[in-house]
Amino acid sequence: MVGDTAKPRTLAEKVWDAHVVRSAEGEPDLLFIDLHLLHEVTSPQAFDGLRMAGRPVRRTDLTLATEDHNTPTGYADPAFNSRRGDLLTIADPTSRTQIETLRRNCAEFGVKLHPLGDEQQGIVHVIGPQLGLTQPGLTIVCGDSHTSTHGAFGALAFGIGTSEVEHVLATQTLPQSRPKTMAVTVTGELGPGVTAKDLVLALIAQVGTGGGRGHIVEYRGEAIRKLSMEGRMTICNMSIEWGAKAGMIAPDETTFAYLRGREHAPKGEAWDAAVEYWRGLTTDEEATFDTEVILDATQISPFVTWGTNPGQGASLNSRVPNPEEIVDEGERAAAERALEYMALEPGTPLREIEVDVVFVGSCTNGRLEDLRAAAEVLRGHHVADSVRMLVVPGSAVVREAAEQEGLDKVFKDAGAEWRFAGCSMCLGMNPDTLKPGERSASTSNRNFEGRQGRGGRTHLVSPTVAAATAVLGHLAAPADLN
Amino acid sequence: MEKFTVHTGTAIPLRRSNVDTDQIIPAVYLKRVTRTGFADGLFSAWREDPAFVFNNPVFAGASILVAGTEFGTGSSREHAVWALRDYGFRAVIAPRFGDIFRGNALKEGLLPVELELKAVEALWDLVESDPTARVTVDLTAREVRAELPASTAAWTFALDDFSRWRLLEGLDDIGLTLRNEDAITAYEERRLSFLPVVG
Repeated sequence: MVGDTAKPRTLAEKVWDAHVVRSAEGEPDLLFIDLHLLHEVTSPQAFDGLRMAGRPVRRTDLTLATEDHNTPTGYADPAFNSRRGDLLTIADPTSRTQIETLRRNCAEFGVKLHPLGDEQQGIVHVIGPQLGLTQPGLTIVCGDSHTSTHGAFGALAFGIGTSEVEHVLATQTLPQSRPKTMAVTVTGELGPGVTAKDLVLALIAQVGTGGGRGHIVEYRGEAIRKLSMEGRMTICNMSIEWGAKAGMIAPDETTFAYLRGREHAPKGEAWDAAVEYWRGLTTDEEATFDTEVILDATQISPFVTWGTNPGQGASLNSRVPNPEEIVDEGERAAAERALEYMALEPGTPLREIEVDVVFVGSCTNGRLEDLRAAAEVLRGHHVADSVRMLVVPGSAVVREAAEQEGLDKVFKDAGAEWRFAGCSMCLGMNPDTLKPGERSASTSNRNFEGRQGRGGRTHLVSPTVAAATAVLGHLAAPADLN
Repeated sequence: MEKFTVHTGTAIPLRRSNVDTDQIIPAVYLKRVTRTGFADGLFSAWREDPAFVFNNPVFAGASILVAGTEFGTGSSREHAVWALRDYGFRAVIAPRFGDIFRGNALKEGLLPVELELKAVEALWDLVESDPTARVTVDLTAREVRAELPASTAAWTFALDDFSRWRLLEGLDDIGLTLRNEDAITAYEERRLSFLPVVG
């Protein structure tokens, strides 16, 4: 299905074309969906819809559910043991009902579920890749905007609403209008101590929160090729934060090495056939993109946000901007409002901003490599007395692997909380939240007003900046610890 | 889905850009398992501020929301659309929308209308000076009309033919897709052999 037309095509176009079930003039293409991931928050109303219409789930073999968004991550309650998967550990009755509803729906419709306490439970965008289900060239959807994460493997992956979740459950397809294509080429190499998170925050600050609107983005160039799969997932994860439909990275040896041997990766001859197919999943040399953006990796330094959308960020070496110097009237008003909410004075060095909470985790930065990076910075140091630090693995498997390496000990010795897997403080719908007025440095993806709890103030950072910040009590880079 | 043809009502001005779906409805309201009952969550954090426009009684009963650019960015939560519908809105006018929000709205009979900032500002000025001003969103003509102090204004907006037809007819997407079930089955039969399955 790849290379069956003469016209040079981009990676996104190849994957799109390979999934068109039906195409008709004046209508959106009907796309086949290879993998549908579910979680407790955006699925109950979709299952209700199926039930009312008397429809089954068309392809239970292409559907997988987990519990992640409103599950507790333990610790504060000494009796908590996620291995039990006991619903009584969920104190909030509405949260408990939502989890119970997912379990009932999965049982009734025959959908496989990794529930709280299961060894494969975790954040939906962490477990897909971990199981080897996320593969190059697939179409992947989930009722969650950070589904773009899976694009790191060269899959076309995007978030959908609950009506669309119901549509995919019933038909295993989605009607979609073909988006435009965009290339983000990152030239050069990231400097020492500069991470994928810094890169993507710098990109969003440059292009703005609406910069990717209507486009499937392909990240390419030397800096992208040199990233690990974890780093690539961080980049693709945040595609939605600048409005892109999806983010993709062409598969290469790094991708194949990550996938080989994973539970659902092809084996034997099927592996060889798959790799041959995957190698064709690159943008043809003569293909053109509708839009192109170029970024110089050598100019990027540790990057943090100061405002209330992911585009309001700056190098950690700089200061809180002065809205009066912003030319665009709308952006100026947004900056004024953001600084008021964040309680920040223009001109303050970003390094002088003191935080109350440091959160390491989420589908953006909750994988093993992220935990290793944070632990490496923390080793031999202690979290500042004024700071509460939460370390939340992205999945039960990540937690287990981290413990095998002794990372849990590094975190605990430093005074951080070592918690169970889940979305945790990324989104303020489980017990891990900021209190009003509290300020965090967070490795998550959104610094929206109240995102981490009503009245909470969020600075988005990389795992290494998060760790250094925890030690010093103010926004800081690892180099500041020396 | 409820049909949308022509809607006339009063409008409420929301002079803010980048209104993300966490603001439209915070995550704590997403624990419910129903499709209705979200009106209390709509802009709930901002509504705690007495000066917030939604607390101004002159705008009570408005059915058209006029907002700044990048409305509905962020989370895919369809609850944002349900909350707006439950509160009584039939249309949102803004210079630009988040993609997922826009798609969700089109599926729920909440019309997302993209007008350039100048038109949005004219509507803000109009309804702030006269909150009883009637605004018409006409999907058949793809046009927004309002009586400005000096003239009658009409702004055309773009919406693809297919989405427009679905809204005008109030059609259910799943039903439409299942008319092509043979094509889905045929596609399933020609899928590559090494693709992953759950289980």
